[in-house]
Amino acid sequence: MMRMVTAPIDVAALRAELVDPAAGAYAGFEGWIRNVNEGQAVLRLEYEAYEPLALSEGEDVIAEAARRFPLLAASCVHRTGLLEIGECAVWVGVSAGHRDEAFRACRYIIDEVKVRLPIWKKEHYANGDSGWVNCERCAGGHRSTA
Amino acid sequence: MSGSPITVTVRYFALFREHAGCDTETVTTTATTAAELFAELGDRHGSLEPASHCKVAINDAMTGWDAELGDGDTILLFPPVAGG
Repeated sequence: MMRMVTAPIDVAALRAELVDPAAGAYAGFEGWIRNVNEGQAVLRLEYEAYEPLALSEGEDVIAEAARRFPLLAASCVHRTGLLEIGECAVWVGVSAGHRDEAFRACRYIIDEVKVRLPIWKKEHYANGDSGWVNCERCAGGHRSTA
Repeated sequence: MSGSPITVTVRYFALFREHAGCDTETVTTTATTAAELFAELGDRHGSLEPASHCKVAINDAMTGWDAELGDGDTILLFPPVAGG
């Protein structure tokens, strides 16, 4: 299932939900806040989402992954609000019979989540500027591909 | 191509909210498609993002830029997404 949260993501608890005696593989992905983007020092990231459609699109992505790959369970959690360096912004977990489909489905879900869900992030830079990632007209005309 | 004026609610997010100076506004427009409305509002609020990089939803359903607008619709304008 897809979830949007504001509290820190508890990966261990989420992974436990995917446990299945038929699963020979679990693949998990965590997206972390890093301290640099396109040469600019980043202090923190601010995530915003339009939650109703982030949830429905996220559920669609997971359902697609389940149709494409033989999965036992798949889940994604994305966090919004102000996140500091090193924090986890998004988690994807997949359990499956075997590793091939687990890896592939995990990759599919995060790749689709990143291009389809109505979620945006604003970088706050060390120099005091800030800018919305992937936008032509963020601060200083800076275009990022995070 | 313009039609008779309709009144719609537009919701802005992220960068678009900053450009518009508000998160919601009621707009009376002769635009007939989401693309036409987007161009009209881009001119008004000084936004340079091309529609091809942006997304649109009407009445809480994702749709395309060629979608036709109806009186009373709520149009959600999404700047380039950057989740994850």
